[in-house]
Amino acid sequence: MTQTDPTAASTASDAPSDATSDATAVTRAEYCVIACAEAWRDAGEILASPMGTVPSIAARLAKLTFSPDLLLTDGEALLIGDVPPVGAPSAVTEGWLPYRRHLTMVMGGRRHVMMGASQIDRFGNQNISCIGDWERPARQLLGVRGAPVNTINNPVSYWIPRHSKRVFVEKVDMISGVGYDSAAAAGPSATRFHDLRRVVSDLGVFDFGAPDHAMRLVSLHPGVRAEQVRAATGFPLVAADDVPCTREPTPRELRLIREVVDPKGLREREVRS
Amino acid sequence: MTPDAIVGRLRSGMTLGIGGWGSRRKPMALVRALLRSGITDLTVVSYGGPDVGLLAAAGKIRKLVTAFTTLDSIPLEPHFRAARERGAFELVELDEAMFMQGLTAGAQRLPFLPIRAGLGSDVLRVNPRLRTITSPYEDGEELVAVPALRLDAALVHLNRADRLGNARYLGPDPYFDDLFCEAADTAYVSCERVVETSELTGQAPPQSMLISRHAVTGVAETPKGAHFTSCVPDYDRDEAFQKAYATAAGDPDAWKEFEERFLLGTEQDYQAAVQTWHKEQL
Repeated sequence: MTQTDPTAASTASDAPSDATSDATAVTRAEYCVIACAEAWRDAGEILASPMGTVPSIAARLAKLTFSPDLLLTDGEALLIGDVPPVGAPSAVTEGWLPYRRHLTMVMGGRRHVMMGASQIDRFGNQNISCIGDWERPARQLLGVRGAPVNTINNPVSYWIPRHSKRVFVEKVDMISGVGYDSAAAAGPSATRFHDLRRVVSDLGVFDFGAPDHAMRLVSLHPGVRAEQVRAATGFPLVAADDVPCTREPTPRELRLIREVVDPKGLREREVRS
Repeated sequence: MTPDAIVGRLRSGMTLGIGGWGSRRKPMALVRALLRSGITDLTVVSYGGPDVGLLAAAGKIRKLVTAFTTLDSIPLEPHFRAARERGAFELVELDEAMFMQGLTAGAQRLPFLPIRAGLGSDVLRVNPRLRTITSPYEDGEELVAVPALRLDAALVHLNRADRLGNARYLGPDPYFDDLFCEAADTAYVSCERVVETSELTGQAPPQSMLISRHAVTGVAETPKGAHFTSCVPDYDRDEAFQKAYATAAGDPDAWKEFEERFLLGTEQDYQAAVQTWHKEQL
């Protein structure tokens, strides 16, 4: 049950108050945090599973602002009841989520994961397994891990810290995470809970709202031009004539990112300005 | 039992399950004993970490069943990578949840268990042996039938055990070590410390008793037996040593040196060599 449920025991709110931020310009990494956090807006009482530094900051920011009911883990087997800075230990445990229960939670659908991708195509097929022919790969990567179970069961988004033609490819070498065309081809059991939400890169935000669920550019981070994104993408990208900018963080969000969630500035190491 | 006595019960060609997850609570003392043995031609079933890397580097794997192989803090396992890139073994690549279903089916003596995972992914393309099954109920859903992962032997590492094979984990995650033991014809538990049953269970919440003696064939006390993987709360992963391992694994000459220094002697030799190595790093 959530904190706002009438049956929940009441506690004093410890939500940080609004404050004006300092005047420092918003960095590219901070726009990326905002864009990733938006993936979990109004998500309700589900597990946010961020992979990577920026998504981890984003999930915490979402929980501290517009999605207070999110569940978070310590990256291992515990659900945390507080929101420590990224990289810092949690002081409050609210639950137990070892791998076996985590996998059951995935299959139950109460989770939205933001994964990385070594390759991703226009329909959202993702590869983290290997590059080249699977039988004898040119470069072996992690293996499919839980990408097949994730994508077929719970909402999935992707975070790509360096947008390039090496990652945004015409066709992935080994479908680990299932894209819209592959799910459709596999039939109703595959599409039933399949739900790819958004892709955030260091250049912009994308969804699968084009015809046939193809990838579409929905916003550009300030300072990025659409031609720049097209030049770094290995497939034709659908975009409106006038693509908006990724929204600005509010002063409170900026303060939370800089002072509460990521005071060490780890985000700037993942996305260089 | 000693690690070498346990390995003495294993045979070339066996299907061997290895517990833990990635670079976490791996039965490394038993893996090191395997490296010293003549056993080869193994089918290894593992949520892979350096166990897979070491056995692959030693050419002992004929076939690997896994969902990934990683060192966690170092995402790509260098020996696993190199072995795959030279086509050193056959791979059955499963999704993490498919792997869990396969082990569960093995433990429950079922031919398969259904799962949604795998549909639409290339896991089905590269494993033409995998079949789907249609639900016999009104939903009529088509699901993947994950074949049972049945093991000739399982190797797992726990924090504490008694001499009969009752064993506890003290960290936050049991991983799938109980399933590995139950899916195997024989199962061997290494542990940080063998204690009396009364001490094992006296202080412990009963749900931390992960493994029961009926599923265990032999027990070995191997202090630091998961090194260099983590075995919390007894010890964390030895990140500095893991880094040295990964660096050496990337270069044939450095690897030969690493093997000679750490892997050719007994388990005691290994632990002593690690201590000496740490002193040199100061």
